[in-house]
Amino acid sequence: MTYAAPGAPPAGWADRPLDGVRRLFSRIFTLCWVELRKIRHDRTELYTRAIQPALWLLIYGEVFTKIHAIPTPKGIPYLAYLAPGILAQSALFIAIFYGIQIIWERDAGVLTKLMVTPTPRAALITGKAFAAGVRSVIQGVVVVILAALLGVALTDNPLKLLASAGFLVLGSAFFSCLSMTIAGVALQRDRLMGIGQAITMPLFFSSSALYPTRLMPGWLQVISKINPLSYEVEGLRALLIGTSTDLWLDLGVLAAATVAGIAASSLLLPRLAR
Amino acid sequence: MSEPKAAGAAWTPLPPPSPPRVRRRSDEGRQCLERQPEASGAVLCSGLTYRFGEHVAVNDVDLEIRPGETFGLLGPNGAGKTTTIRMLTTLLKPAAGRVTVFGVDAAARPMLVRRMIGYVPQLLSADGMLTGRENVELFARLFDVPRGQRATRVTEALAAMGLIGAADRLARTYSGGMIRRLELAQALINTPSLLVLDEPTVGLDPIARTDVWEYITNLRSSADMTVLMTTHYMDEADTYCDRIALMHQGRIRAQGTPAELKEALGAEVTLDDVFRHHTGDTLEVSSGGIRDVRRARRTARRLG
Repeated sequence: MTYAAPGAPPAGWADRPLDGVRRLFSRIFTLCWVELRKIRHDRTELYTRAIQPALWLLIYGEVFTKIHAIPTPKGIPYLAYLAPGILAQSALFIAIFYGIQIIWERDAGVLTKLMVTPTPRAALITGKAFAAGVRSVIQGVVVVILAALLGVALTDNPLKLLASAGFLVLGSAFFSCLSMTIAGVALQRDRLMGIGQAITMPLFFSSSALYPTRLMPGWLQVISKINPLSYEVEGLRALLIGTSTDLWLDLGVLAAATVAGIAASSLLLPRLAR
Repeated sequence: MSEPKAAGAAWTPLPPPSPPRVRRRSDEGRQCLERQPEASGAVLCSGLTYRFGEHVAVNDVDLEIRPGETFGLLGPNGAGKTTTIRMLTTLLKPAAGRVTVFGVDAAARPMLVRRMIGYVPQLLSADGMLTGRENVELFARLFDVPRGQRATRVTEALAAMGLIGAADRLARTYSGGMIRRLELAQALINTPSLLVLDEPTVGLDPIARTDVWEYITNLRSSADMTVLMTTHYMDEADTYCDRIALMHQGRIRAQGTPAELKEALGAEVTLDDVFRHHTGDTLEVSSGGIRDVRRARRTARRLG
């Protein structure tokens, strides 16, 4: 390792800095790498987080399939209709935790140190957003396997499965950014936990995760239309069980929401460093 | 849980690096790069000011840190030390005045300044869910250390801090002193010209404090980097700093070598006396806010 003599040009400059786009991808890759290493060291969270989607599928899904209470498009079994919704829900619950995580990292000094590295704020946020996506995809695999074991006929087309992973990543990226944006406003962990709990369930229930939007009252349908979770669920549903939707619209809304989320949380990130 | 010290803790500098290749976005950036670092201090603060609402945390601070020296910024809680460091490390933008690091304005060119700095914050910032090696590798990646050199440089940094034996253990199993050394290894990975240590030994027991300082001193003797540190411990400042500045209520009250500051007050004077003289006996009656106290306690608690 080299060190500059006193007064010499800074040695750190010798490492060739990456330019904007390459640096962005490099940082995303690095932060996803960190996430995978953490999961590898401690898989407990993977197992404990699988409990909730399992209960939704096993109890809620099985019961509502039997009573035929919810009319599904093309008469597909309710459990099959529900599975993509639960997939999106488990990703949402992972992503919404990222705001609390970033405040914890601020309190622990980790964030401050990351912010003194040559990493643009937007790259730091994007990296974290995609790291949430990686975690969600791993969680998603568990949910998909569970759904398959319960007899849900999911697609076996690898391209559609890959596209579903893409939707999960985008959805998680958006909701983690939403959470980190709120963290930039709330600044305190206690406050954020309250806000997180207050928005998670309304986001879930106002989406099409559990029931078709046409069953909702008019006002809720409007909220559902502006809720990115609905677009994530519809995209996943079309890819995994073949319902009809405008995939490009779903993708476009999620991508635009993610970009807006990254911009908003990047702008607010310096507030956490004060 | 103490890690046996590595025999090869000495830090052997390699041949000088290739000329810097930095993207230049503006003429102003080019001027910064072309400035001779010798012409200015390692750190220059002029009229540096920062306000939290009505409260002036740093008030018109002028400071020069010379290349190659160990400079101590001392003061009671709430004196403005950490805020000054946060402006220097690009975390905060000054309300007025400017701070340059090797001639580069920290507010105007934050990315360049970050490349020159190794930073160890007051809080314990190593990630307990990663191994020691992964913690250092994370920073190697964030500082764009080329892939071909990464493993070697990570190992070298860990070896220099005597952590090779514990490199593949999760950092949460480390003792307080080992975590501080791990953070130093992280800070070294980008071959910094300026090492910034914000209360590097806060919360450590006396043995761990001595241990951490041994490593810092060893590093200094082989690397000749500029070190800026803050501390509450007067004995540390007296022993390890070439020059110090005493800060109180956002202003620099005195600066010089420890010997100069003591001589100015008379014979048989300790640095504690100098501190009390310039800060009005506030060492015991901390003037820091609840945030400072809470932060220090949190660090101490994590250190066990």
